[in-house]
Amino acid sequence: MLHNIALILGTTLMYSTPLIYTALGGVISENSGVVNIGLEGMMVVGAFAGAAVGYFTGNPWIAFMAAGIAGGLFGLLHAIACVTFHADQIVSGIAINFLGPGISLFLSRILFDGATMTRSIDLNNKMPRILNSIFPNENILIEKGYEGTRLFFMNFMNLFLGNRYATVYMAFILVFIVWFVLYKTKLGLRIRAVGEHPKAADTLGVNVAKTRYLAVITSGVFSGFGGAAMSLAIVSNFRPTLISGHGFIALAAMIFGKWKPQGALLACLLFGSAQGLTVFLGQFDFNVSSSILSMLPYILTLVILISFVGKSVAPAADGIPYKK
Amino acid sequence: MIKKFLKLFSNNVFLFTVISIFLGLFIGAIILLAAGFNPLQAYGVMLQGIFGKPKYLSYVIIRSTPLILTGLSIAFAFRTGLFNIGAEGQYIIGSTVAVVVGYFIHLPAILHIPLVIICALIASGFWGGITGFFKARFGVNEVISTIMLNWVALYLQNFLIYTPGFQKPGGEVSYAIQPTASITFLDKWKRSEEGIAWLLDHPFWRDLFKTPINWGFLIAIAVAVLVWFILKHTTLGYRLRAVGFNLYAAEYGGINVKKNMVISMTIAGALSGLAGALQVMGVSHQISLLAAMEGYGFDGIAVSLIGNSTPIGCVFSGLLFGGLKYGGPKMQPAMGAPSEIINIVIGIIVFFIAIPQVIRLILEFGKRKKAEKV
Repeated sequence: MLHNIALILGTTLMYSTPLIYTALGGVISENSGVVNIGLEGMMVVGAFAGAAVGYFTGNPWIAFMAAGIAGGLFGLLHAIACVTFHADQIVSGIAINFLGPGISLFLSRILFDGATMTRSIDLNNKMPRILNSIFPNENILIEKGYEGTRLFFMNFMNLFLGNRYATVYMAFILVFIVWFVLYKTKLGLRIRAVGEHPKAADTLGVNVAKTRYLAVITSGVFSGFGGAAMSLAIVSNFRPTLISGHGFIALAAMIFGKWKPQGALLACLLFGSAQGLTVFLGQFDFNVSSSILSMLPYILTLVILISFVGKSVAPAADGIPYKK
Repeated sequence: MIKKFLKLFSNNVFLFTVISIFLGLFIGAIILLAAGFNPLQAYGVMLQGIFGKPKYLSYVIIRSTPLILTGLSIAFAFRTGLFNIGAEGQYIIGSTVAVVVGYFIHLPAILHIPLVIICALIASGFWGGITGFFKARFGVNEVISTIMLNWVALYLQNFLIYTPGFQKPGGEVSYAIQPTASITFLDKWKRSEEGIAWLLDHPFWRDLFKTPINWGFLIAIAVAVLVWFILKHTTLGYRLRAVGFNLYAAEYGGINVKKNMVISMTIAGALSGLAGALQVMGVSHQISLLAAMEGYGFDGIAVSLIGNSTPIGCVFSGLLFGGLKYGGPKMQPAMGAPSEIINIVIGIIVFFIAIPQVIRLILEFGKRKKAEKV
């Protein structure tokens, strides 16, 4: 039983990770006052760049960075439209959701002989499981002479934490960093000021355009990481259906989490748990309840929204272009 | 007539849209060129694939029908200041209900067809209305509730597919609807001996009837006119637009904002649901297990944006979209050019629509140059 719980918790962590990165991107962008519906497209780009670079270089870290850069470039595009040209931010985001998959698949066809699926990364070149040496799997534990409760505990930790990819831990660290930057540093104060009342911030000498550019590009970088957390860790290649709606779920998680990193984290864990449970129950081969089960977190979210959370209030200047 | 046309053309929004489409195709051509393909040949293949045969045109129309309706749905909600990302889910509900009613109920066609449509409209209208109600009553952001409801709808359909008595044995699909619920043109006749014989002598019609051409497109056009009429010429439409234009002013003017939000989302939901129902009744006749979202709702967002959120605009941009989506992929087998260039082109078009300022700058620059020459 406990063994199963550890497994479910572990899978939850795994599936939440891409959402956490992307939702954090949303948090940063929207706190600076730029709505980012394009998270989905940026995630796709990141997933493709990660998988492609990972395949060609064989180094997951270079691939992960490449994914961030690719996402960041689309963030830059969104920023140019929204900040410099005062675009309708939703429309620009929608454009990115077409451009992201379009360009990814276009390049995939050119680089991989007409296939929309990138070739698989060698399993040794995926994201490493860095804690696996501390919490190894059952066979190694037994070999090492663990037994009884200690064996049980270590096995639990292996399934829950040890067997996880590095991207998982990094996501949690990033949540803390984003929280710290947003609420404990001057930069964070500026970002939030620009999102709440750009005019006031401008009067006090904050460069609104520069701050928003920084926030939107960062949001692209994080979304790119989110995509790569999918294509470099959970699976080992990119395909057209790999990111199907994850960006939108991350967007919802960000709103659900009231535009705060810690709130977004909890919401992402909720959505991740749904996938975790589905995968877990999928082993037992009863399709019917897996559909109903998959539905539950979304219904639960709606219930929570109407009963406890109440009105979700975005940053005051969210979505409004700032003209001097 | 000519004056009217000129007026339309001098209308900035229309002009900007045309320029955006041109720029989208132009930049798409540059990308093709950079990737080593001849863009003229590629676009030629695409145009040939759209206009080359009556069959192709028919497929374009079939492709456009659901997009026009989901586009209308999103445009309608936009006019009330609501962003309907939920067209996808409302479409699923519409198509699922259409199959359920179309398969389980036996009636003569004259009753069956309206019944299927009405049931789909009610169910998907309700599905959309939930979002409006949550927003009006609990202040739940419609973006998040529609995203949630999309997934609920998707899993609901997948759940129903596995229901015994509904699942077609041996496949992850439902049974097909009864022939009486089909709106495909002359569905029975064209497969009868008499029909086959007649079509053999008339190659144009034979080609056309090879496709599941159906009443859906005409219904979509009629609905677009209806939506235009509601928005422009009824009190309801006036109220809805007032809420979208300025929520507080509308409230001050005595308009019940909350009620109108629910109404707007209900109608938007019904429009997307109709798209799903018509698709089932005219083209697919069944539903299958969904591994991912099909994208009618998301494409509808772009259709609505390119159509400037007007009903007539949605019809044309829906056709444009249908043409690109049907003709575009033909580049792939013909010359090996990635058909995803179409999504890039659409993205660029939408991107330029987001930044009319840039187009304005280009236009002004052109004017200044002309002035300098003189």
